[in-house]
Amino acid sequence: MVAAEQVVAAAGAQPAPVSNPWFSWGYLQANGDRILDALTEHVALTGQAILFAAALGIPLAVLAYRVRPLTGPILASAGVLYTIPALAVFAFIAPYLGIGPRTVIVPLVLYALLVIIRNTLTGLLQVPVEVRDAARGMGYGRWAQLVRIELPLALPGILTGLRLATVATVAMTTIGVVVGHGGLGQLILGGFRNNFFKAEILTGAVLCVALALVLDLVLLAVGRAATPWARRRAAA
Amino acid sequence: MSNPVSQAITWLNDPLNWTNPGGVLDRLGEHLVISAGAVGLACLIAWPLGLWLGHRRRGGTAIVVLANITLAIPVLATLTILPLTFLGFGRPAVIVALAIFAVPPLLATAYTGMTEVDPQAREAAIGMGLAPHQVIGRVELPLAVPYLAAGFRTASVQVVATATLAVFVNGGGLGQIIGAGFGLGMVTGGGQILAGGLLVALLALTVEGVLAGAQRLVTPRPMRRRLRVRTGAQPAT
Repeated sequence: MVAAEQVVAAAGAQPAPVSNPWFSWGYLQANGDRILDALTEHVALTGQAILFAAALGIPLAVLAYRVRPLTGPILASAGVLYTIPALAVFAFIAPYLGIGPRTVIVPLVLYALLVIIRNTLTGLLQVPVEVRDAARGMGYGRWAQLVRIELPLALPGILTGLRLATVATVAMTTIGVVVGHGGLGQLILGGFRNNFFKAEILTGAVLCVALALVLDLVLLAVGRAATPWARRRAAA
Repeated sequence: MSNPVSQAITWLNDPLNWTNPGGVLDRLGEHLVISAGAVGLACLIAWPLGLWLGHRRRGGTAIVVLANITLAIPVLATLTILPLTFLGFGRPAVIVALAIFAVPPLLATAYTGMTEVDPQAREAAIGMGLAPHQVIGRVELPLAVPYLAAGFRTASVQVVATATLAVFVNGGGLGQIIGAGFGLGMVTGGGQILAGGLLVALLALTVEGVLAGAQRLVTPRPMRRRLRVRTGAQPAT
């Protein structure tokens, strides 16, 4: 954080008060590299968190789906994790993992987990009983049925979960700034601490919202490409 | 140099850390005042609007869009931007920032509660000659109360969890304890960081538990299962 402030100061980026203090081309031009770095870090942190959460959450949802007695405990423990403030989670792990990107990613994964588990489970539960019966009648084993029938049919639910989790994670990555790895949060808080430099704060905030919307659209497009049958059915 | 856990226990066992100015008790009071103010303000805005839209049975799409957009706005941004506007520094700006965050769940549940009212009950009320405001007040609103309670719980837990972030703008609250610990650095502050985290988590879980009980009390038994499926918390950004 200290380094970030020095960069702004050294670049002499803070202009004399102008008519609109919330936006400044001069700031964007003088700090392009720094903004790009923050954006890159933001995308990297968010992407890793979502990948981990998906790699953990989807199997857990499948487990909850297959072993019904586990459904309650899995949803409940994810729900409790969800109640605990992100800053508290930082506090629990920072003394052990230190000040670094790992400390930021763990809480992000924990929060994305519940959304992904809940939506994947909802998607799996919506697979019609007749379809499952038909698959079993055609001689599919448990694994083949899961991989070739149930998971593809649950894909819309899984993707809804991924989209919600991604948008929320993009917003939450900002608070990683407390351990110095907040991506665009670095700009938001940097501007606040740097004599309330409004142009920097707004740049961070706007890029954050824009990034969330872009990633949401990307996942939407991926979902459409991955579920051609859903579109065909809608068109018919 | 001992491990963070024993440091945290030592910190929590020091009475001065509780009663000093800026100690745990002060911060807890600030935290609750900020949270209550934010949830109250959000209720004042979201409930009338949600109930009215739900009564008219339109506006659902707009609510979903609004909820999705607010999900993308970092609370850190609203917390830092609002003090720079006419609201000025201090508690009002923090409360407004958190209230913005609490509106979508309150709005959505108020709307859902009204639209879930059995159309036959509505028509019966209209057929009995009740005026529109009587339909709302005597039939729809009482039936929507469990939904309002569920939304209130979701919003409150989120706000209590998120109010921790007020530390970034020196807004007070329990987050301040964690923030001060980070300020001391990992070696000396590790225990305080952990102690603050424990306190904050404990408060969030307590609020969740108390409000879950309250929600159960106002929900008639046949509606309980349905509601549990519908309402879930949203991220504590």
